[in-house]
Amino acid sequence: MIREFPCVSCPLGCLLRVKLGDGKIEWIEGNRCARGEAYAREEITDPKRVLATSVKVLGGDYPLVSVRTDQPIPKRLIPEIMEVVRKLCVEAPVEIGQVLVSNVAGTGANLIATRRVLPQAGKTEDLPNAFSRSTGRDRPQDLYPLAKEESLDEKDAGG
Amino acid sequence: MKVSVDVAVVGGGAAGMAAAKAAAEAGAKTLLLEREERLGGVLDQCIHPGFGLHRYREELTGPEFAFRLLSELERTKAEVVTGATVLAVRPGPELLVASEKGLIKVQARALVWAAGARERPFGPLLIPGTRPAGIFTAGLAQKLVNIHGLLPGKRALILGSGDIGLIMARRLHLEGIEVVGVAEIKPFPGGLLRNVVQCLEDFGIPLFLRHTVAKIHGHKRLSGVTIMEVDEQGQPIPDTEKFFALDTLVLSVGLIPEVRPLEPFFPQGVMVNNLFQSAVPWIFFAGNALTVFDLVDTVARIGEEAGRNAARYAQEKPPKPKAVPLRKGQNVSVLVPHEVIPGEPAHLFLRVPRPLSRATIRVADVYAKNQVSLRPAEMVEIALPPEATAELAQLPQAEVEVIPA
Repeated sequence: MIREFPCVSCPLGCLLRVKLGDGKIEWIEGNRCARGEAYAREEITDPKRVLATSVKVLGGDYPLVSVRTDQPIPKRLIPEIMEVVRKLCVEAPVEIGQVLVSNVAGTGANLIATRRVLPQAGKTEDLPNAFSRSTGRDRPQDLYPLAKEESLDEKDAGG
Repeated sequence: MKVSVDVAVVGGGAAGMAAAKAAAEAGAKTLLLEREERLGGVLDQCIHPGFGLHRYREELTGPEFAFRLLSELERTKAEVVTGATVLAVRPGPELLVASEKGLIKVQARALVWAAGARERPFGPLLIPGTRPAGIFTAGLAQKLVNIHGLLPGKRALILGSGDIGLIMARRLHLEGIEVVGVAEIKPFPGGLLRNVVQCLEDFGIPLFLRHTVAKIHGHKRLSGVTIMEVDEQGQPIPDTEKFFALDTLVLSVGLIPEVRPLEPFFPQGVMVNNLFQSAVPWIFFAGNALTVFDLVDTVARIGEEAGRNAARYAQEKPPKPKAVPLRKGQNVSVLVPHEVIPGEPAHLFLRVPRPLSRATIRVADVYAKNQVSLRPAEMVEIALPPEATAELAQLPQAEVEVIPA
């Protein structure tokens, strides 16, 4: 049997062909570097993936924080890890890169946050947040009372 | 309120952030306008990995890529206003902007339009049947699941195998939705091969090539769809109906660059030269508002280029350089830019309409390159050195073609 799949080690995306006989690899072709061959071998024996999903957050300006494993984990463990993630709940604030679960499912990989989640609007003016800078999320809604309508009328009248 | 700047950038996604950063670094007084409350654009909801391999030499998720680019932007003097919608662009140049602080009139010397793309909606597909709830574009489903924490349904089919469709098949599957398959009208997948492997094959989600949704069923809520095989012309073949009971249909059927507020300027459509400058010399384009790119890394790089060029235009007001129009020849379905300034280096981006295992890419008689495995899902970038574009000067137009070997 010949299996064909693209290499994902780099953006070149070589199409790898692996000949299998008796469940063993007979030959590998299509790769343009050693990383490609290693990837092909791994893809046949124990494929690995970076898992990205999201985790519930309490009291945050997002209801979820996006997360990923900080290294590829065996594909076969994805359902098991999703079960862990489903039950997980963290409290805001969450910092980008923060480890939420270390050594998830014994893989040696950590589950890390991929975005910053701040405590809910109204309590957070003094917290630096790149994403909410001048965005209104960290600003009480009534900071500009009446100003909207007033300035709209003025400008419209002025043409 | 009135403000006056050198460069106004519309759209705070990857292209706009990169453009604003580069314009500010070039010394231009720069204002970035974003409609949403946060910068990042579509990256914020793209929580899957695959971003940044070129720009940051590591594999990041969308929010991480946006965070890095934002950090770069924040080191510059560019001003950012979020929650700001551009209502109109007028000659002047002047932008009319609705914001939380009221109406802002922005006077600018140059504009970088980086407003991204919109998803093609359900209506124009003209699929027979009812019009129930439960039909989502892939980007909307992505936003519901990844940003708002809401699941669109319990059992879903994806129509269209573009990258967003494939990514959403995996995402919905991981969140416990039964994904019965992805239907693709073409004989080949629309997205990257790695996404076919890692989003469908990994989870045993079937890909129905040469299939389309032929009928929508259900009142109030979707109750199912009928898919059918299609012939070479894309017409359904009788007696190939397959019915799936579902409550969710996700559409990944194409992206349309968002240029509506600029349409009065471009009755013939938007065309740019290799500076990303349009026929209206003070309007520059960047990112998916120009054409739909594959990689955010490319979008950021081009955004920077457009920002730098807009800054230079704002500062020096150079006359618009003479350029040679490019013409799409055989096997070229997408081509950007649309014209090239002779003697300047140029990067051309093109797509083929069908997979080609071996082909030669030619630009008039000044450039030829052999390439293997060209696919519609993978944009090709070719770099023309100044010597090559200089040779184009004598031509009325230059044809770009992909000749199968």
